[in-house]
Amino acid sequence: MTAVLAQAARLPDAIPANANGEAPLPIVFVGHVDHGKSTLLGRILHDTDSLPDGKLAELRAISAKRGLENEWSFALDALQIERDQGITVDTTQVWFRTRRRTYRAIDAPGHAEFVRNMATGASAAAAAVLVVDAKQGIGEQTRRHAAILDLLGLKRVVVAVNKMDLVDFAQSRFGELVREIGALFDALGGAVAAIVPIAARTGDNIATRSAAMPWYRGATLLDVLDGFDAPKPLSDGPLRLPVQDVYRRGDKRFVVGRIESGRLAVGDGIRIVPGGRLARVAEFHDWNRTTPRTRAEAGESVAIAFDTEVFAERGSWITTPDTSRDAGDVLRVRLLWLGAEALAPGKVLRVALGTGQREAKIERIGQVIEPGHGTAKPGTLGRNGLASVDLKLVAPIAADSFAELPATGRGIVVENGRVVGGFVVERATDAVIAASEKLIFPTDDPIDAAARHRANGHRAGVFWLTGLSGAGKSTLAQAAARRLFERGRQVRILDGDDLRNGLNADLGFAPEDRDENVRRTAHVARLFAQSGFLVIVALISPLRTHRDLARKVVGDDFHEIHIQADIDACRQRDPKGLYARADAGKIGGFTGVSAPYEDPASPDFALDTVALSPAEAVDRLVDFVETHAARAR
Amino acid sequence: MDDLDRLEADSIHILREAYASLRPLVMLWSLGKDSNAMIWLARKAFLGEVPFPVAHLDTGLEFPETYAFRERYAKEWGLKLIDDACPPIEEVDPNLPPNSRLAARKSLGLRQALTRHGFKGVIAGIRRDEQATRAKERVFSPRGADGAWDFRDQPPEFWDSYHPAPPQDGHVRVHPLLRWTEIDVWRYIQRESIPVVPLYFAKNGKRYRSLGEIGITFPIDSDAADIPSILAELAATRAPERAGRAMDHDSEDAFERLRATGYM
Repeated sequence: MTAVLAQAARLPDAIPANANGEAPLPIVFVGHVDHGKSTLLGRILHDTDSLPDGKLAELRAISAKRGLENEWSFALDALQIERDQGITVDTTQVWFRTRRRTYRAIDAPGHAEFVRNMATGASAAAAAVLVVDAKQGIGEQTRRHAAILDLLGLKRVVVAVNKMDLVDFAQSRFGELVREIGALFDALGGAVAAIVPIAARTGDNIATRSAAMPWYRGATLLDVLDGFDAPKPLSDGPLRLPVQDVYRRGDKRFVVGRIESGRLAVGDGIRIVPGGRLARVAEFHDWNRTTPRTRAEAGESVAIAFDTEVFAERGSWITTPDTSRDAGDVLRVRLLWLGAEALAPGKVLRVALGTGQREAKIERIGQVIEPGHGTAKPGTLGRNGLASVDLKLVAPIAADSFAELPATGRGIVVENGRVVGGFVVERATDAVIAASEKLIFPTDDPIDAAARHRANGHRAGVFWLTGLSGAGKSTLAQAAARRLFERGRQVRILDGDDLRNGLNADLGFAPEDRDENVRRTAHVARLFAQSGFLVIVALISPLRTHRDLARKVVGDDFHEIHIQADIDACRQRDPKGLYARADAGKIGGFTGVSAPYEDPASPDFALDTVALSPAEAVDRLVDFVETHAARAR
Repeated sequence: MDDLDRLEADSIHILREAYASLRPLVMLWSLGKDSNAMIWLARKAFLGEVPFPVAHLDTGLEFPETYAFRERYAKEWGLKLIDDACPPIEEVDPNLPPNSRLAARKSLGLRQALTRHGFKGVIAGIRRDEQATRAKERVFSPRGADGAWDFRDQPPEFWDSYHPAPPQDGHVRVHPLLRWTEIDVWRYIQRESIPVVPLYFAKNGKRYRSLGEIGITFPIDSDAADIPSILAELAATRAPERAGRAMDHDSEDAFERLRATGYM
């Protein structure tokens, strides 16, 4: 063994850490208690020449004090209780350097009581070493740790079969364990990069090849690690910027947060989720930069201002304008449950995902992936167990599926202010954002638009009447629809007040509710248009972003029609008595009185209901619709 | 992005999470290189201004250069400075090893500030590579009413899904520099031209690598009079950073005992 030690690689001291600007690769060491994680890590520190001066002497001294041979693990187990009991209580971090790169090593405790600390260590890592005792074989926590590594999405995993010296370096024993480990990872659906037979205490197959195991022809443990690629930031993914906060500086408001995926530049259009409002990036705020950024990408913390006043708050996401779906309220997650009591359906917890938080009810506990510590009834999940769980949230939250976008597809559950679990999103049902459209499979309409055009004798379209309350939208829509119907046209009115009685009955008049009202109405209009109808929408839709969103949803056959009437005329007409109530302060956020109305910048058509008689206005609207309906495809 | 950009972005993310969730919030300013880098990061995070007070736990025993630095930069950086004096040595647990007692004054000073101002969040510039018990820390570390650190019962911390809620009657320590190393901090100070107390630079063959109170902090032999020389020295050295801090070496667990009772 001394021969092996003498060969231990001495690394050049001249390379300063991180000289190439690459961050140290975070790597976690996990495994069953007493299988030798801390010893392995202590040994690696020694073999890579990473222990500070005096540390080796200190280790020998504190080992001798406890009547032990040199205990490598004392390099990591810094707490008295850890040294006295010979266990790792909590995760720790140390640095070591090979020829290839610097590593940030995370020592994670193996004791069952400390699964939460193991998960904490593992979730900070990009790669993992799972340590298995050659003599004892796979332990309870080997299984659980393998499952947790899989849950956390760690793809770079090497298994170190330790203490080969205790099984006389026998190739046959190693072969048995390779089969068992293979079966364990197969069952999880994961894979390991390599399985290396080692002896941590003596350094066999760690930095240098073992003379005692000539039958092993694979790479040494450190060579396997050096073969791992560093994770790359998700700059090429879809834009995800979870909003942390909004800071006001002077008369500007800056949305701040870290870009988790994608990139962003001045002038780019964005969508705010939930709600769907659209805006453009006006500027980045950068303190102490000679020239502020004009673009940023995944991994960067930014502060951005928009070209229009839009409502964003902590928990919102900034995404690309073409994000087709919005936040949803049902999540299927894979959960690592750390609560003291078994988790059962009906329990209410708080879910934190990115910067968003919601109350959530446990709807269903599905397949238990790894049974928990202690007993759990069927359909429940014991402490330290993993299972697929359905959560119903009180209000929608933005989420991705972890498989597609890890950083925005994972979170924690909290009970009474304490973190009691971590999860990854398996499926974001319903309206939750997907990283791409992979999760939905729209069916093809068997009847195409041209066929409907032929059958109806006219083409379809959406005529979106926007204007103040009392401008005449509903009246015009009804008269025009009646006349078009009499001429044999397929026609449908979507009136804001009618929709609010049914489809949109759950929405109020807060800004985000008005956004949602527009979004739903636009989608319904689109469905009617796809069915061949001429759709006349009568909806105040006060903001430009509202009409932009509707145009985006509907597409080419969308027509923005401004029904013009000044506020005084509308107030005089006041057909529903709303202005009187708003002026008396009985309705808050009333368009034109206590909430803004933005005139269309360039509507497709405009009708001035003050200058025109009602009959003239109807004639013109019908003419406009007919002109479109008659156009050839 | 290089590794410094990444560290900066993540520290800014942590500071903004703390500011969004913990009020009232305070940042500890020891006047050392790490806490200067931390204030710099806060100015970046909050668009040029530090929106919460910074506290110097003053034992009255700092080097004159350190006090001069504090007076100058508190003003230049527009900081809301809290510089309450720490309680006298007589109030410190007499069972502590001698060199630790001065450090323990700072723990008492912090406790006093927590009581006086009711802080729910305390941002501290500790790093995992400084000292083995600091390596065990969480980014958001809850502390009980007495400020004690229960390292046996630390909350899980998944990825950077932080949950910085303070426990009943307690507060949360926030550690935005936990992932940085000593070399990272110096490279960042160099890149950003962040001012530091001149005692870090060699004079007459000596410099301070870690800065604390007079009497318990000792200089190392060094000719490194500028940052490139310091970086070269750190790349070659095998001596630990806190070798010049007497209180770490009173006994095997001296630092652990300090931290368990609330020291930074």
